[in-house]
Amino acid sequence: MATYSTNEFKSGLKVILDGDPYAILENEFVKPGKGQAFNRVKFRNLKTGRVIERTLKSGESVEAADVVDKEMQYLYNDGERWHFMVVETYEQYEFNKAVIGDSRLWLKEQDICIVTLWNDLPLCVTPPNFVVLKIVDTDPGLKGDTSGGGGKPATLETGAVVRVPLFVQVDEFIKVDTRTGQYVSRAKE
Amino acid sequence: MFLEPKNKGWQPSASIENLKARAELLAEIRAFFHKRGVLEVETPLLCSTTSLHPHIKPIEACYTNPQYPEKKKYYLQTSPEFEMKRLLSAGSGPIYQLNKAFRDDESGRLHNPEFTMLEWYRPDFDQHALMDEIDDLLGLVLNVPKAERLTYGFLFARSFNINPYQTSVEELEQCAREYQINISEEVRRTLTINDWLDILMTHCIESKLGLERPVILYDYPATKAALAKIRSTEPWVAERFEVFVDGIELANGYHELTDPEVQLMRFQEDCELRRELGLPEIAIPYDLIEALKVGLPASSGVALGFDRLLMLKLKCQHIEEVMAFTIDRV
Repeated sequence: MATYSTNEFKSGLKVILDGDPYAILENEFVKPGKGQAFNRVKFRNLKTGRVIERTLKSGESVEAADVVDKEMQYLYNDGERWHFMVVETYEQYEFNKAVIGDSRLWLKEQDICIVTLWNDLPLCVTPPNFVVLKIVDTDPGLKGDTSGGGGKPATLETGAVVRVPLFVQVDEFIKVDTRTGQYVSRAKE
Repeated sequence: MFLEPKNKGWQPSASIENLKARAELLAEIRAFFHKRGVLEVETPLLCSTTSLHPHIKPIEACYTNPQYPEKKKYYLQTSPEFEMKRLLSAGSGPIYQLNKAFRDDESGRLHNPEFTMLEWYRPDFDQHALMDEIDDLLGLVLNVPKAERLTYGFLFARSFNINPYQTSVEELEQCAREYQINISEEVRRTLTINDWLDILMTHCIESKLGLERPVILYDYPATKAALAKIRSTEPWVAERFEVFVDGIELANGYHELTDPEVQLMRFQEDCELRRELGLPEIAIPYDLIEALKVGLPASSGVALGFDRLLMLKLKCQHIEEVMAFTIDRV
């Protein structure tokens, strides 16, 4: 079993705590002049995204997590599962709905995503930062209103709902920032 | 922060501007003590023994000469305390030292294994007289008002409603839990009252200490005496103090223990503790005991982190900004 000692800690390192995989976000060395040395560490749970803080005794070891990020192409959704493929090797991986979570709202067939694998099982998928998607439903908007004040909701081909300016219409393509879920601009297909 | 294994390049970690400020501060401190008739001394960085404190790890160094066909183990000093007390016993009068100290396995935002320490001793000063002098020094260097002086007991009562002089592991653990300090069960079982007090201090209090003006915390629990005199009032307290500025622990001072028998006993306790913790054995510094037998004048002494003082003066966030080259660059 591979382990990391606190003095090997750095941000991005993947470890196992209480059976779950975590990534180290921050590591602060704390030592009173005459006291025991500790590390105050912030960890992000790679399954839930939750951030926790834990204090470790300096020199304490934690189990290393076999977590790797791989570039994969999103292939298709068969109704229950989402299928991905490593382009170079044709290796395929599939996700169920619970694991894929809200990422499914930004997946467009053939887009290249980052898939995080833990012990070779899919843990989460990070879609590209920007995706271009087609609007399938939105109110026509009032004619002549170009102020764009609050915008209006639009449903995209993936089922995602984003706020768009009033002038954007059904069947148009828009560019969306997947990290914030916000409209960026109109786009060509 | 952490130690990056990768090469950081040849450039210094501090700007040349900060290194100029460093040189100025060194000169300013020397002038401060010169004016007050405190003698500058230099004691060896390489000694055959060193601090026995279980939470201070020395860096070992080997020395060879014809007398020692096999290499003899020495230590880079974790503080110049023992040798400076030998000078005091030899009649040096008030002394200060501005020199390097070394501590293994300490690296971070406020730590570098090799650092600069300002340590000084004042015969005939009690701890409050020495605190007055620290007020003067900090006023001069940082342009801050006199420190607020609080006892360790008052601070813990105010912050946690806990009496740190008469508490238990259970009470402190419960308090840490209320503050959502998350520690694995395995480590939790090994923690002592002192460890828990330190955890509460570093996690919940320290960052808020000394923001408006410096804070000097004094009258530590007797279990945290280290080399300080213990006052057998009720409750027993150690005549030890620490100085905090802008949430940073800056200095640690004692009304010095002068009784050779008590000193020897504390060293023996530390040796025992080191054995229990599986730490390497370090020889008891009998030269210091001999010096105390001849007579260490009643004195107070304090060690102050020079690099941290400069960080505070220049408002730096990381110790690397005030050192020419930190450990990851050498």
